[in-house]
Amino acid sequence: MAAENNFKNMVLCLFLVCLFCGAILGSVYAVTKKPIEEALVAEARAAIAEVLPAGGEISEPIKSGEMEYYVSRIAETISAYAVKSSAAGFSGPLILMVGVLPDGTIYNTKVLSHSETPGLGAKCDSDAHFIAQWKEFPANGNITLKKDGGDIDAITASTITSRAYSLAVQNARNLVKSLQHK
Amino acid sequence: MANSNLSIITKGLLKENPTFVLLLGMCPTLATTTSALNGLQMGLATMFVLILSNIAISLIAPVVPDKVHIPVYIVVIATFVTVLQLFMQAYTPAVYRTLGLFIPLIVVNCIILGRAEAFAGRNNWWKSALDGLGMGLGFTMSLTTIGIIREILGNGSIFGWKFITGDGILAFVMAPGAFLVLGYLMVLFNKIAKK
Repeated sequence: MAAENNFKNMVLCLFLVCLFCGAILGSVYAVTKKPIEEALVAEARAAIAEVLPAGGEISEPIKSGEMEYYVSRIAETISAYAVKSSAAGFSGPLILMVGVLPDGTIYNTKVLSHSETPGLGAKCDSDAHFIAQWKEFPANGNITLKKDGGDIDAITASTITSRAYSLAVQNARNLVKSLQHK
Repeated sequence: MANSNLSIITKGLLKENPTFVLLLGMCPTLATTTSALNGLQMGLATMFVLILSNIAISLIAPVVPDKVHIPVYIVVIATFVTVLQLFMQAYTPAVYRTLGLFIPLIVVNCIILGRAEAFAGRNNWWKSALDGLGMGLGFTMSLTTIGIIREILGNGSIFGWKFITGDGILAFVMAPGAFLVLGYLMVLFNKIAKK
């Protein structure tokens, strides 16, 4: 039933299958390329909108070393920054979008992606108390955990995740402060 | 004839259930069933690939030389998985984010290559499609069941609807709970299936 096992048949068969599959993949890639990009942009925009005061006009992403930030302007004056900031969590990078006002106040934060333990560190994007304390966190506040002498309540049993979260927010605020001094 | 078609589908659900009887595809079974919805989505994604790859393989099997049939099957399966991945990224980014890494891993899911070898390579396209459907439904059903139980015990919710305040039994959301639930379900399932 199957074709004979000679060299020519095997090469031909693999060649044709790969050619055909390659063609399918190429065309699907071409069709989905634009929607995928749009989905990514829409996701980033939605995250930015959540962490910044409404009404600003948001710039294109600007790179600064490892970090990336967006500037929100109302009538040409800078009203806030949205900083994409990351830190090493318990089991992988913890990536946040942090909204910072020019005076250093944290407006709001949002988790973009994480790979923390379900039920423990993964609460960093669902624990109401933990999330609420970032909202309008004052500019002179100390962004470290209470057990490290700061002002942040850690998530129970998830100190490492909470520290990573604090570090990412701290880095975001430092970036904005350094931008202000320029 | 109609009867044998039906039995191809139902054997995937019960007698040859891929998860509880054949014990294939354990990696996605254990890893993606942290909630009912994740299990369901993973099952459906696998079913999609399984049906299409079964059809394609049953059509090309007669002209593929024996010595290269494994690489040919893998290329076909990988193509469908990549197509699925691209479409999910484009049109259902939220689902893609939760299943993430496990979508590309469908390629190496033993169920798919196993069915290609054991069934699609020897039967016509129509029967292979039914086999893919049956196995896919069986896999989806198993994953959803494990997901429901782990979600109830571990998080106190069903399909995201929370019925207790606070936390559930944390272990069930993590790996040990997956093994426990899988083990007990396997016992239960084989007891019922043996009757």
